[in-house]
Amino acid sequence: MDTLSLLFQGLIPVFIFFTVTYGFAKGVPVYDSFVSGAKDGIGIIIGIFPYVLAIFIAVKTFEASGAFDFIRKMFAFVATPFNLPPEVLSVAMVKPFSNAASLGIFTEILKSTGPDSLASMMAAVIMGSAETTFYVLAVYLGAVGIKKTKYLVPVCLIADMIGIVIAIILVKLLF
Amino acid sequence: MNTVWLLVVCISVVFAAVNSRFDGFTKAMFEAGKAAVEVCLYLVAIVSLWLGLTKILEDSGLIYKLSNFFRPAISFLFRNIPEGHPSITSITLNLLANFFGLGNAATPLGIKAMEDLQTLNPENDTITFEMMLFIVINTSSIQLVPFTAIGLLASYGSRNPNAIVLPTIISTVISSAAAVGILYLFKKFSRKDR
Repeated sequence: MDTLSLLFQGLIPVFIFFTVTYGFAKGVPVYDSFVSGAKDGIGIIIGIFPYVLAIFIAVKTFEASGAFDFIRKMFAFVATPFNLPPEVLSVAMVKPFSNAASLGIFTEILKSTGPDSLASMMAAVIMGSAETTFYVLAVYLGAVGIKKTKYLVPVCLIADMIGIVIAIILVKLLF
Repeated sequence: MNTVWLLVVCISVVFAAVNSRFDGFTKAMFEAGKAAVEVCLYLVAIVSLWLGLTKILEDSGLIYKLSNFFRPAISFLFRNIPEGHPSITSITLNLLANFFGLGNAATPLGIKAMEDLQTLNPENDTITFEMMLFIVINTSSIQLVPFTAIGLLASYGSRNPNAIVLPTIISTVISSAAAVGILYLFKKFSRKDR
């Protein structure tokens, strides 16, 4: 798996080499071109900053107020009848908001239940197949200043839920 | 987003009050500010890097050639993008970066793709169907090999960390397909409303 990871990481240098040499061959002043493109980066990020700030404030205060802990307890209540490890639902719940927080819970699960437990497997599959939805929404919508998002947010949330249910069912079937 | 944000903030304040954790709440707010600045500083660097590189692609004309090359694969989903449009290339590159787990490249290329899609948008503050499709595919995650999860499993001594690859791929594929399906469903129903 390390070699595969190395191979994938190699794609970026190869892509950069190809872009630069192709540009040079076509007579593009590659250095000037790069600088003039890169110049726009800071403006875009200044535009994104308030959106990222809003998301981070919501997530961090939610954690600090103890609301997360309450929801995790609720999940333990819901999970028992389905014979599910309650920690798994915490990972699933946290992942759309914060990658760091979900990694923290995942590590806790690994420590407390062991790396080959059903809970660890489920959490690993959820970690791999879910995204930090709200962060992606904030950054991508913020980049172009979209305010009217129609039905995008409910679609993303329903899709996230379906993904989590599928991940849990698959692990139950396969392990 | 307005509803979600309002709900989360209000719930946080109520819980902080019930648990008498107002000091922690205030501290968390400033920590969030710090974290947002750090993330954005990091983004400035990598977004600028990728914008610089894609500018070379544009100036050399390669971005248009690539977009014609990728068009058959992308136009299956993104039907309303005209031929040779740079968004086809940026969307493809973003999806490839996601696919190979190159998070550092995926976000800047995604921002570039959103900017390219915005050039096709008649109303600047309203989202287009193509943008929604692009975001939904991104948020449902399309990573081929979940390196972070495998790495953590391995570092805690799992006997077979690679066992999660297959279920992860299957669940990613199903959830992405479901996400696109749900988006089309919503599109259908929202048209009926009008």
